[in-house]
Amino acid sequence: MNVVPFHARRVQGPVAIGDDPRRFAQLVLTLAVTNWKLRFFGSALGYLWSLLRPLLLFGILYLVFSHVVRIGVEVEKYPVQLLLGIILYTYFSDVTGDAVESLVDSESLVRKVSFPRLVIPLSVALTATFTLLLNLVTVAAFLAIAGVEPRWEWLALPLPIALLAVLATGVGALVAALFVPFRDVRPIWDVVLQGLFYATPIFYPIEAVADRSETVAHVLMANPLAQVVQAARHLVLGDGAMSPAEASGGAQWLAVPALLLVGLALLGLAVFRRMAPRIAEEL
Amino acid sequence: MSQAPPEDVAVRVAGLCKTFRIPHEQTHTLKERALHPLRRASYDELHALRDASIDIRQGEFFGVVGRNGSGKSTLMKCIAGIYAADRGEMWVRGRLATFIELGVGFNPNLTARDNVRVNGIMLGLTPKQASARYDEIVEFAELTDFVDLKLKNYSSGMHVRLAFSVMTHVDADVLLIDEVLAVGDAAFQGKCHDALTAMSRQGKTIVLVSHDMSAVQRFCTRGMLVERGEVVAVADSSEVARRYHEVNYDHAETVASQAAAGAGGTGAVHILDTWLEGPTGERAETLRHGEFCVLRLRVEFRADVSEPVFGFVLTNWRQETVFAGTSGWDGGRAGRHATGDVLDVGFRFQNVLASGRYFVSPEVGRADRFGQALDYREAAATFLVEGAREGAGTVDLPLELSLSPVDGSVSSS
Repeated sequence: MNVVPFHARRVQGPVAIGDDPRRFAQLVLTLAVTNWKLRFFGSALGYLWSLLRPLLLFGILYLVFSHVVRIGVEVEKYPVQLLLGIILYTYFSDVTGDAVESLVDSESLVRKVSFPRLVIPLSVALTATFTLLLNLVTVAAFLAIAGVEPRWEWLALPLPIALLAVLATGVGALVAALFVPFRDVRPIWDVVLQGLFYATPIFYPIEAVADRSETVAHVLMANPLAQVVQAARHLVLGDGAMSPAEASGGAQWLAVPALLLVGLALLGLAVFRRMAPRIAEEL
Repeated sequence: MSQAPPEDVAVRVAGLCKTFRIPHEQTHTLKERALHPLRRASYDELHALRDASIDIRQGEFFGVVGRNGSGKSTLMKCIAGIYAADRGEMWVRGRLATFIELGVGFNPNLTARDNVRVNGIMLGLTPKQASARYDEIVEFAELTDFVDLKLKNYSSGMHVRLAFSVMTHVDADVLLIDEVLAVGDAAFQGKCHDALTAMSRQGKTIVLVSHDMSAVQRFCTRGMLVERGEVVAVADSSEVARRYHEVNYDHAETVASQAAAGAGGTGAVHILDTWLEGPTGERAETLRHGEFCVLRLRVEFRADVSEPVFGFVLTNWRQETVFAGTSGWDGGRAGRHATGDVLDVGFRFQNVLASGRYFVSPEVGRADRFGQALDYREAAATFLVEGAREGAGTVDLPLELSLSPVDGSVSSS
């Protein structure tokens, strides 16, 4: 027989990332696009929902906080700040919230095909990123209507967004891996997300906190999510919003949320890698 | 032994062990873990594979057979890299594609076009290849007119055709196929088998897990028998099929004795024993094809019975009824029998059965009240047939070939 000299490869078993980055990227993209198509399947307004959801939340919060509770009135460009906060938080909550059950939902793939396991939570994160990008278009339209002058600093916006993506994906991988053996990660995570919504300056500006107690503001800014939101606000509005360093009580304090962000992302990756070989049999 | 296997080995499995832990009480919540930290230690170990080793050569069509739960699928999943091995190592030469199930990742809410793309990419194609082969795949599945239909509107036959078509267009060098071909109608199975044979001719290595011994014998050049997580035999496919039937024989005996305990009937007659005799009149568990054999029942009458009817049903390992015979056919008179009489009943037949494992379920009934069983024993005896020509049927009939020219149709030269 005619023997073709194929390359012999040792079977490693299931891995988190694998040694073929090209295929990894192709799989993430393919699954993300599929998720995206399926997400709005059967709904009349389709993609519009991904825009409407945060906008409706915005409408409610805006009404409450500028007319009922009146925190908003003392802040410059409150609507812009509010919308930015909502959209960035929604992204974090979409990525991590959808990641929790992602491995279990993809059981038929995980148990029947061999592919790097991290593809699953990453594809969920990428789908949410598509939504985020669409939502940022709304923010841009909103900025134009609100009469905010375009600034060069806007070009730096991808940086905090990229950091947020790293944080959300890392935490997403963590909760996805933990959900396989511990199914009560779902309700726990829902509560954590709810708590984060209030612990992060979203509907209230960090300035409002700093006016009452600087210490509380500094503590709140230890949250990487708060840093990302504040950085985005500062880049968009300039002096209209406190810089993250100022809100944290000095640039040196930025190290805390930075370490937390890197630490959480690495922890998520490490836990996922450790669990990857057993995911298929424990589902 | 962590060196790459020689060049003609496509798949090497060396000393593979895989154990699953099955917790006694599934502890799925944090609270349970917190409240019962020690309970975690309590689990059963299921040794799915124990020290399995096999070399599959390039271009081989290799069959993997074994009973349900013997470890075949675990072996496939370990080679495929879906399960992590506990011990041992595996090597694969060339690109591997696994088919544990047809149409993995098919989503009913996507169109055939999208599903083919996703499925193809999951199975190892690049997005570019998946798009390029799309037309071919749909054409092979004979679904060109339905590509923009959502999959949920497909019939199950169309579904399977599409999935199989993707599978044949994922050009891997080594294919692991786990019983996916058991689905679909006869025409589809025929098409599957043709496609597999064609791939094998192209020099691809195919590893086929199957319960269908006739398929294994027809297609596979070699095979292995897995039993309780161990590789019991590696041999040419007919030998492996024979061993498979032998293993099932042990199993069948257990089944038979269990079934006998729960047999039906009024109790007026007891079937004491059921056995087969070879041409010499000796009891036999293996019968050669073509020989004259006798099926014998020993019955005891526990009541006075007049004109009983003796019958039996013969089933093969696929649980198909091959034949059902009765003493009533030839108008044979069985006479009157008093309480305490013991009778031997014989059915002589020429063995035209195909090779394989058979089961005999004897029955004694009453002629005057048709259908009332006096005694019935499910699978009371079993035997093996050997020496039949290889074929897919349930019988191997004696054939005589004749070729007779029809006048005028043959040229004079």
